[in-house]
Amino acid sequence: MAIKMKKKSTSTDMTAMCDVAFLLLTFFILTATAKVPEVLPVDTPASTVQTKLPEKDLATLTIGGGKVFFDVKGKEVRKKTLELMSAKYSVTFSEEDQDKFASMESFGVPIQSLKQVLDAKPSERKNILQPGIPKDSLDNQLADWIQNARLANIEVQDKELEIAIKGDAKEEYPVIRKVMDILQDQKINNFSLVTGLRGKEK
Amino acid sequence: MAELNTGDSGGKKGSGKVRSKKQNSKVDLTAMVDLAFLLITFFMLTTTLSKPQSMNLGLPDKDPDKDKNKDVKVDENRTMTILLGDNNKLVRYVGLLATPVSGGAPKDFAYGSDGIRKELVSRKEAVLQYTGNKDKGMIVIIKPSKKSNYRNLVDILDEMAIVNVPTYAIVNDFTPEETKLLGENAAPAAVPNP
Repeated sequence: MAIKMKKKSTSTDMTAMCDVAFLLLTFFILTATAKVPEVLPVDTPASTVQTKLPEKDLATLTIGGGKVFFDVKGKEVRKKTLELMSAKYSVTFSEEDQDKFASMESFGVPIQSLKQVLDAKPSERKNILQPGIPKDSLDNQLADWIQNARLANIEVQDKELEIAIKGDAKEEYPVIRKVMDILQDQKINNFSLVTGLRGKEK
Repeated sequence: MAELNTGDSGGKKGSGKVRSKKQNSKVDLTAMVDLAFLLITFFMLTTTLSKPQSMNLGLPDKDPDKDKNKDVKVDENRTMTILLGDNNKLVRYVGLLATPVSGGAPKDFAYGSDGIRKELVSRKEAVLQYTGNKDKGMIVIIKPSKKSNYRNLVDILDEMAIVNVPTYAIVNDFTPEETKLLGENAAPAAVPNP
């Protein structure tokens, strides 16, 4: 007598797997943050160092074409920074402007003309010519922005603010040096240089 | 149609009953799962890779009062000075400029693994042999000139990290001789070697 083997079905039940896959997919989509267009696009030089930048308590100074742009992470910190700055330069900002500033990205205008940038729609901000934050000895707003952002960060987050310099690869050294000098004048001797990822060298 | 899955349809030919086809309730999910995992992979990679890299840089304290800035004296046999010029030019000398140690006369180097890195590695070994003390390694002084760009600075700092130079510093003071060195060596470098 021939023994009949039971024919097994080759198809597996994919339902559970599909559920898990989509759950994870949803998670990753929601946690991913959309990349915001940069106001001052820079080409960062590559390095082999693998340290990542922190997510918060960070101020980024973007340097390109002789201009310096400033950005602080964290809405509360930004608001507080603007508050301190407006008190110092006696430029008043409405509640609405402060909210706009909190959700804005980096900017590069003197504080006197910051309101024009805030009034523009986010999509149009790129078209406004931003001359960079004044950083010469007569009108050193950059130093004040950094100083006040540090104060604000300590007040809000109770942590020292870290500074990162994001320079364009073709930027000439004197500009970088000028910014480093401003940082050192405030006794910030430790900061990060933002670099791109370089592949393994042959 | 009905012929396929009904074994008994032949016998009840004249009954006139219309049988609706029994639909298979299982849907093939393989393609859907494939797609889902592809998207998961994409989002996973983009979220972690989008964080920018950064390089930590510590600078020595700077006192606003110039007189308080004490010059630190170091053994000239341990120092290598790297001058960064324009057009990716790089000149290095070992020891003092007037009296360089043997083989340490000012010389042009290229960036990258074939140029300055080999030199750094061999010098580092030599210095360790000279001092015979692990705590007293090579000291590299980086002098970026006004014409050098940011990429040069990051490149050379990256070399420091790769070679693992124990002590390095960025110095901004240029002596007239050093300025001349960067200017002078530019001319013969342009002439191709026979």
